[in-house]
Amino acid sequence: MSSNGTPQEPTTPDAATPPASESVTPVGAVSPTDSVSPADSVSPTGTVTTPTGSVRRPKATGLATGEAVPGVAKTDPIMVIDNVTRRFGGLTAVDVEHLEIPRHAITALIGPNGAGKTTLFNLLCGFDKPNSGTWSYDGKNISGVPSFKVARMGQVRTFQLTKALSLLTVLENMKLGSTGQKGESLWASVIPAIWRKQDDEIESKAMELLTRFKLDAKADDYAASLSGGQRKLLEMARALMSDPNLVMLDEPMAGVNPALTESLLDHILDLKDLGMTVLFVEHDMHMVRHIADWVIVMAEGRVVAEGPPEQVMHDQAVIDAYLGSHQDVDLGVVTGRIAGELDTSAMELLEEIEEEHEAAIAEAEEENK
Amino acid sequence: MDFGQIFNLSLGYLFSPVTLAYALAATGLAVHFGYAGLLNFGMAGFMAIGAYGYAISILSFGLPWWVGIIIGMIGASIFAVILGIPTLRLRADYLAIVTIAAAEIVRLLFTTQLFDEWTNSADGLGGYHADFRSANPFPPGTYGFGPWTYSADQLWVRVFGLLLLGIAVYLVWAIMRSPWGRVLKGIREDEDAVRSLGKNVFAYKMQALIIGGVFGALGGVVFALPSAVVPALYQTSLTFFIWTILLLGGAATVFGPVVGAVIFWFIMAFLDALLPAMASAGILPISSIQAAILRFILVGVALMLIVIFRPQGILGNKRELTFVK
Repeated sequence: MSSNGTPQEPTTPDAATPPASESVTPVGAVSPTDSVSPADSVSPTGTVTTPTGSVRRPKATGLATGEAVPGVAKTDPIMVIDNVTRRFGGLTAVDVEHLEIPRHAITALIGPNGAGKTTLFNLLCGFDKPNSGTWSYDGKNISGVPSFKVARMGQVRTFQLTKALSLLTVLENMKLGSTGQKGESLWASVIPAIWRKQDDEIESKAMELLTRFKLDAKADDYAASLSGGQRKLLEMARALMSDPNLVMLDEPMAGVNPALTESLLDHILDLKDLGMTVLFVEHDMHMVRHIADWVIVMAEGRVVAEGPPEQVMHDQAVIDAYLGSHQDVDLGVVTGRIAGELDTSAMELLEEIEEEHEAAIAEAEEENK
Repeated sequence: MDFGQIFNLSLGYLFSPVTLAYALAATGLAVHFGYAGLLNFGMAGFMAIGAYGYAISILSFGLPWWVGIIIGMIGASIFAVILGIPTLRLRADYLAIVTIAAAEIVRLLFTTQLFDEWTNSADGLGGYHADFRSANPFPPGTYGFGPWTYSADQLWVRVFGLLLLGIAVYLVWAIMRSPWGRVLKGIREDEDAVRSLGKNVFAYKMQALIIGGVFGALGGVVFALPSAVVPALYQTSLTFFIWTILLLGGAATVFGPVVGAVIFWFIMAFLDALLPAMASAGILPISSIQAAILRFILVGVALMLIVIFRPQGILGNKRELTFVK
C-alpha cells in the first residue's frame, strides 16, 4: 500500500503523466509536474519520504484567485454554491452566500457541532431540500436534482454514521456501488446472458479495490461481521466503485483508531492522486492540517473563513469560533498530571486558569462576608 | 379417535389449491418483506383483488378465464401503484399502517351493497367454473391414490396452481440472484446508502411492490378457482396466516414460502381434525366447536415462537441470525 511508499501496480515508465481517472494509476509515484499542483511550492524532488516511511505528498496551492476570504473565487471550481439557506423551524442551519469548491484538491469543511456542515453536505448531494439557493456541479445546475441522479453524475458521498449494508456480503456491497449496470433493470435481470459479462468485470474491479483497502479476505463475509473501522474502509471503497469525480466524506475518521486513521488518510490522499476531488467534514485538526489543501470553516450556518490550512488555523475568527486559543496545549501538562515542558502558550493558559481560580475564591469570600 | 382419517385429511392438504394459493401469496410477501424490506400487511387485499378480478371478468363481462386472471393481475398492479405513491417515500412502518387499512377498504368495497350488481356483496361470487374446466386437458376420470385421489377437474386446478407457483418461484429465484435483486436487498438494509450509490430507490421499491402484489393476486385466483369467492375469507387474519407461513419458511428465501405453506396447512388440517375429535372423546374439557377455534390460538403462539426463537425461518441462513438487529 501507499503507506510504505510501494505502489501495488507496476510503475508506469513515464511517472510524469498526469493521473488519469482510472482506478489503477500507481499511487506512490507523485511527480512534481502533477497537473493537480502548480509547481511553486513543491520541492525539486517532488516527494519527501519521512522517517516512518510514508510519503509526504505536496499540497495543491494556487487554488484561489484572490485573497483567502469567505466566498473567494477559485481558479477551477468543481462546485459553486449561491445563497443556499436551510431552516429548521426558527433555526437557520445553513446560510451560505457564495462558496466555491476547488477541483482536484482536498477541501476540509470544519466547524463546531451544529455549524451546519452535515446539513450543507446533505443539501449538496440532494438528500435534503434547501429553503432557497442554487448550486452547480461541473457547470451543471443541480439544485433540486434528486440524490440518486446527483450520484450518477459522479458525486458520491459517505455517511457520518457508517452505512454498510449488513446482510449483504462485502463483495455484494462493492458491486452495488457500480453505476450503469445492465442487470439492474427488471426485465434484463431475468436473462443472465445480458448482464453476466458486465457483472464479472464489476466483480474483478471490486476485488481490486478490496485488495487496495485490505478487505479482500473478507469478500464473502457479511458486512455485519466487519469492525467499525473496516466498515469505514468498505464504505469508502464502495463509493469508489462508480469512478466518481467528487468524493464527499462525512467525518471519515470518527471513531477510528490512530493506526487506521493513518491508512485512511493515505487512501484519501490517493483519491487526489487519482484525479478526484475530495470534500470532507472532520474535527481532527491534525488530520485536517495534514491532508487538506483548502479549509472552509463554518459556524452557525455561515462560512466564517476559508483558505489554506496554515493560514486558516491562525485566523482570529476561527480560533474564537472553533479551535479555542489554546488548541496546541496539552491539558495534562497544564494541570500538572503529566510532566512536560510548559511553553509560552501553556504558561499563559495556566496563568489564566489561576487568575480565574483566585477570582472565584475572592468572590466566594466576598459572599461569605 | 380415527387417526387414519385424521392423517388422511391432513395429508390431503399437502397438495391442495388452498396450500398452493397460500404459497403463491407468501412468495409475493417474500418479495415484499424478505427481499425489499417492505412491511406489507395488506396481502389479503391483493388476494381479494385477484379473486374478484377473475370472477367478475367472467361473470359480469363474459370474458375467457385466462383474461380474468390477467385482469386480476392488472388490478393488483394498480392497487400497488396507488398504495406505493404516497407511502414508499416514507419509512417502512408507515407502509404497514397504510396497507393494513387499504386491505380492509378493499374488502369492505367488495362487501358493500353499492356494487351488488357485480360483487354480489356479502354473498360472494360463484358459478364461474365452466370456462376454466372446459380448458381442462385431462380426460374425465379418477387420478391419484390414497389421500390424493382427484377427479379430472380437481387435478386440473391443482396442476394449474402448481404451474403458477412454479413460475412465481422461478421468477423470484431469477431476479433475486441478479444485480436487480442485489439493489433490492441493499434497499432492505439501508435505502439511504443505496440512494447515495446512484440507484432510484423509489422505482425499485415500486417494482417490488407490484411484483409481490401480482403474486398475491395469483394466489387469490388459485384460492377462488375450485370453489367460490367468499368476502369473509379476505379478512386481516388471512394476511397474518400468510405472514406466519413466510416467517415459518424463511423470509428471504426462494422455497421458504412453499415449505412454510405446506407445513402450515398440514398442521392446520391436522389440528382441525384432531382437536374436535379429542374434545368429543373427552380428552379436552371443551366443546368440539371451541376446539376447532383453538387451532387459531395455537397459530398465534407458533408465530410468536418462530419470531423469537428462529427469526430466519426453516430455510433461512443461519449466519443471518447472528446479525439480527
